Amino acid sequence: MEKFTTVTGVAAPLRRSNVDTDQIIPAVFLKRVTKTGFEDALFHGWRQDPEFVLNKPEFQGARILVAGADFGTGSSREHAVWALRDFGFDVVLSPRFGDIFRGNSGKQGLLAAAITEDEVEALWAAIEANPGTEMTVDLVARTATIGDLQVSFEVDDYTRWRLLEGLDDIGLTLRDEALISEFEATRESWRPQTLPVK
Amino acid sequence: MTSESRTAARPRTLAEKVWDAHLVKKGEDGTPDLIYIDLHLVHEVTSPQAFDGLRLAGRPLRRPDLTIATEDHNTPTLAIDKPIADLTSRTQIETLRRNCEEFGVRLHSLGDIEQGIVHVVGPQLGLTQPGITVVCGDSHTSTHGAFGAMAFGIGTSEVEHVMATQTLPLKPFKTMAITVEGTLRPGVTAKDIILAVITKIGTGGGQGYVLEYRGSAIRALSMDGRMTICNMSIEAGARAGMVAPDATTYEYLKGRAHAPEGQDWDDAVAYWDTLATDEGAAFDAEVTIDADTLEPFVTWGTNPGQGASLSDSVPNPNDFADANERAAAERALEYMDLTAGTPLKEVAVDAVFMGSCTNSRIEDLRAFASIIQGQKKADGVRVMVVPGSARVRIEAEAEGLDKIITDFGAEWRFAGCSMCLGMNPDQLAPGERCASTSNRNFEGRQGKGGRTHLVSPLVAAATAIRGTLSSPWDLEHSSDLTVTSGEAK
Ligand code: SF4
Repeated sequence: MEKFTTVTGVAAPLRRSNVDTDQIIPAVFLKRVTKTGFEDALFHGWRQDPEFVLNKPEFQGARILVAGADFGTGSSREHAVWALRDFGFDVVLSPRFGDIFRGNSGKQGLLAAAITEDEVEALWAAIEANPGTEMTVDLVARTATIGDLQVSFEVDDYTRWRLLEGLDDIGLTLRDEALISEFEATRESWRPQTLPVK
Repeated sequence: MTSESRTAARPRTLAEKVWDAHLVKKGEDGTPDLIYIDLHLVHEVTSPQAFDGLRLAGRPLRRPDLTIATEDHNTPTLAIDKPIADLTSRTQIETLRRNCEEFGVRLHSLGDIEQGIVHVVGPQLGLTQPGITVVCGDSHTSTHGAFGAMAFGIGTSEVEHVMATQTLPLKPFKTMAITVEGTLRPGVTAKDIILAVITKIGTGGGQGYVLEYRGSAIRALSMDGRMTICNMSIEAGARAGMVAPDATTYEYLKGRAHAPEGQDWDDAVAYWDTLATDEGAAFDAEVTIDADTLEPFVTWGTNPGQGASLSDSVPNPNDFADANERAAAERALEYMDLTAGTPLKEVAVDAVFMGSCTNSRIEDLRAFASIIQGQKKADGVRVMVVPGSARVRIEAEAEGLDKIITDFGAEWRFAGCSMCLGMNPDQLAPGERCASTSNRNFEGRQGKGGRTHLVSPLVAAATAIRGTLSSPWDLEHSSDLTVTSGEAK
């Protein structure tokens, strides 16, 4: 995973709340067995509408998405994060995220940063006043800046540290392999086992 | 360190006890805890990229003996002996088969008696047990919490993480008590309880929490009913739902293929008996629901929190004080093609779907059959009944339920997720309206442009008879509603 410090790019306003993962990527795309190539699937239903924000020329190449509350609720599908990444997004700003979605984001280098509803409104207004202007998201300072407007966002310390260091989760855990083996040695005999097949 | 010796003096909740018993490493300075995973359930949709990740990194699957796979999301529910027609569905299934073979994972394929929806298969094998940790790349893993297990859905990266390490780095969840006291009236079921809970606390109300369902109405439920409730915890935004194990749990488990035996059984029960929340343990939040006044429920909108009693009317968006809720209700009514003020019982449906990991176990099918027995479905309504697993299907056939279902004019299918999410050919056509016993009424969930009303098996049955959304109370012939899904055994 690449280290994440700051991102500067076009920000797109998604004026919707309760964007569940079925809207981010419909179930029909979950059939693929690869981990990349989902850019065409992102918001597939909405993108059929030429007026949809991500279809507008001024938001092409957007790297930052500013969305309403409860972004990424519903199904656990990690494809939602891959699709956002494949489309080119590095950051989603929203007042609240679905828990699983937020967890998935950190693991794929997508920053899910929480700001207040008022700040979302202010950012939407700023973006729409000057569509296509760049925004800078600084993970070190935990700020998002567009023009004169700067907001501070929240992200938990652990996720932030991992994003800043570009650390892979599994590698990190395997440093504690000895502890895992020790735990396994005390596992009670009545705990379930799938093998052998009875 | 055994589970017992970790028991602290401070009063703890069920969730805390299970968590503490699985601590491989306590997190410090804001780092998460490392939690051991007892059981990893795998299906074809969220596993291919995880297996791929292992292969790319040259990592083995650490504990094939704690891992089990089944095919469910993509499997056809007709002609299961033929090759799967849809190419991408077939690719996912074939990829799972290859991966399980390569990594030594036990797999129940289409045609196998244990094949079925992953959340039906774990419990029926006796693998889902009290006090264990269960994960699966599927949000409805919360189902397994009905046994007093800590069970939650994870993303594909986490699936890979569990495959490689049998652990997960996690921050402790907050705890919420949902206390349901009283006695359900005949015709009111576990599904109505959970729909009422979600309408009460909202789709975000449980975020970050493990919900513990307590109270006399929960204790009175069978395991199938408890699973229905825990299943939909995620629809309230929660990571997991739990019910403390008791005699009902043990009775369900005893004798199942993977339940402990002999001395192991006694040791296990002795431990399971210690799991219930201690007197005086503090929850981070508490909610109470009165079971006595609950009515059969239905959703009218496009998220599971947009629900009402069947005796109500479609709400008026202007009546919502919160601006977001008002806007959401407006959009929902437009998508659902409903007019505010219309009595819900006047809403005509095109289809009824009886199935999904919420309501496809044997008791659900019995409840459905008890209402439709000797009746004919309404003209022009398509009724599809999909058992949760091949074993449930066989059990139902042994009881003659399939005959009742086909005589009624409904389709009796093979096991799988089916029209719950329409990844296989079982889908609604655009604009079609469906009363569904599943768990999600999101836009397009059951097929592009399809409209979903979430209901209990009893409401599904009454609706299939009358052709409009109906409560079992509306049926003359069902004055005796003693066999109700998830009610007292
Ligand atoms: S039945 Fe529906 S909710 Fe349950 S696992 Fe299958 S797709 Fe998911």
